[in-house]
Amino acid sequence: MKDFMFIFRGPSPEDLNWTPEQGQANMQKWFNWIGELSAKGRYVGGDPLVREGKTVQGKKPVATDGPFAEGKELLGGYIIIKAESLAEATDLAFGFPDFAIEGSVEVREIMKMPMPA
Amino acid sequence: MSPAGGQSTQQLVDHLFRHEAGKMIAVLTRIFGIHNLELVEDTVQETFLKALQVWKFNAIPDNPGAWLMQVARNRTIDLIRRQQKLADISGELQMRLQSDTENTIQQFFLDTEIADSQLRMIFTCCHPALSPEDQVALTLKTVSGFGIQEIARALVSNDAAIQKRIYRAKEYIRTNHIQFEIPTGVALAERLETVYTVLYLLFNEGYSSMKADELIRYDLCAEAMRLCKLLTEHKVGAEPSCFALLALMCFQASRFDSRIGEDNTIILLQHQDRSKWDRELIGLGYHFLNKSSTGNHLSVYHIESAIAAEHCLSPDFESTNWNALLRLYNYLLERKPIPIVQLNRSVILARTAGLEAAIDTILDIPNIRELLNRHYIYAAVLGDLYSKAGNPTESRRLLEKAYELTPSLAEKKLLQEKLAAIH
Repeated sequence: MKDFMFIFRGPSPEDLNWTPEQGQANMQKWFNWIGELSAKGRYVGGDPLVREGKTVQGKKPVATDGPFAEGKELLGGYIIIKAESLAEATDLAFGFPDFAIEGSVEVREIMKMPMPA
Repeated sequence: MSPAGGQSTQQLVDHLFRHEAGKMIAVLTRIFGIHNLELVEDTVQETFLKALQVWKFNAIPDNPGAWLMQVARNRTIDLIRRQQKLADISGELQMRLQSDTENTIQQFFLDTEIADSQLRMIFTCCHPALSPEDQVALTLKTVSGFGIQEIARALVSNDAAIQKRIYRAKEYIRTNHIQFEIPTGVALAERLETVYTVLYLLFNEGYSSMKADELIRYDLCAEAMRLCKLLTEHKVGAEPSCFALLALMCFQASRFDSRIGEDNTIILLQHQDRSKWDRELIGLGYHFLNKSSTGNHLSVYHIESAIAAEHCLSPDFESTNWNALLRLYNYLLERKPIPIVQLNRSVILARTAGLEAAIDTILDIPNIRELLNRHYIYAAVLGDLYSKAGNPTESRRLLEKAYELTPSLAEKKLLQEKLAAIH
């Protein structure tokens, strides 16, 4: 099996102004999804990203605050999962709980260094 | 970093976030002062955001409640260290801040102190200068961790109206320098009465209001019971009336599921399947009723819980002890001489003294003409009694009026059946 990275974008919970009950309900959906991936032996791990950050870019590189991506473009975290193929990994991404709040998943295979025989 | 593979899906205790929100808001308010409620609510919100983001990728900590409290505590220490402008901190803390910050703050997070802070919050929300509607809304928001939309749904109001209530209540507390404390002496007894009224309202809103949906109504009842129990576990609330109120809630709640049929119709006490009544809750009801029978003060909650217990005691509707109930209603009427008690008493009277006596009692209620025209319950009960007494004309008129007045589909369905049964 290959490793894939699911890259999550979408509004940060702090912009959604959830009540405790709504927050808990959303978290339960995540538990269900990650739990399902774990039960199938597909979940490797993952982490959320802190919202604040810096970007370094330019021919004469400079560091700027941000990225201040808007709502649904905001990078929120990633997980690594195992799947047979890109098609199967993509299928697994359909379980992502945050589509309804304009979240999205980018599915990318992690390139591995070929091992000499 | 990953949850143990193959384990069943993680689950949080129902309403954990709501309950922890209430606790955290109370503790932080004690630290920062009630005038900083906005700062407190923001800090609590941040704590949840952190949990939301971190937990969903990884395993839930062994003790999620303690984890949340820890995050809130660290954030508090951080805030205090950053702004040493002591004006932002409550007077109590200023005095205690002589020693080092961390240890001082830690004291507020001890279990006994958390309970104490929650009580202070309940007492503050139930300040007698606030209207009952504002007390209920503010309690749900700050003590129970309900969101604006959830309160609006529970109280069958709209978001803007609830927002306004809560804003107004907070403003009043802030501008009038209401103390975040548990009153003492006579003031305590008076405040407790207000707290009981608010909890009673909260419970009844959940139990009786046919307007809100079943799920949120259930939450309201459970929340009223949780707060009442919290109160009995604290030395100031461990007193007979509070136990009686909790007993009343247990008895009523035991019938929660048997009141509504599968097709969302109301099942009257008379037709309820008593085997569906929750025996565990009834047992708890008796337990708390026992604990309430000390001292020499007989509260309305004692009488009402005795009435509820009487129903639970009887194996079927026919063997209900109507005479005992009538005696209890007579007591209740003395203490609470209000139309709805008179109406309920008349239903019992119909069993002991006959239909004519019951009808006469209802017609004797002050302003009965207006009540019949405005509140479906009066028209429904009187219409039913007329039907049994063989007066189809009056019966039909009143039941139709009730049908027109009630917003509840379940009530409408029941009234329709009664109308169809009139010959």
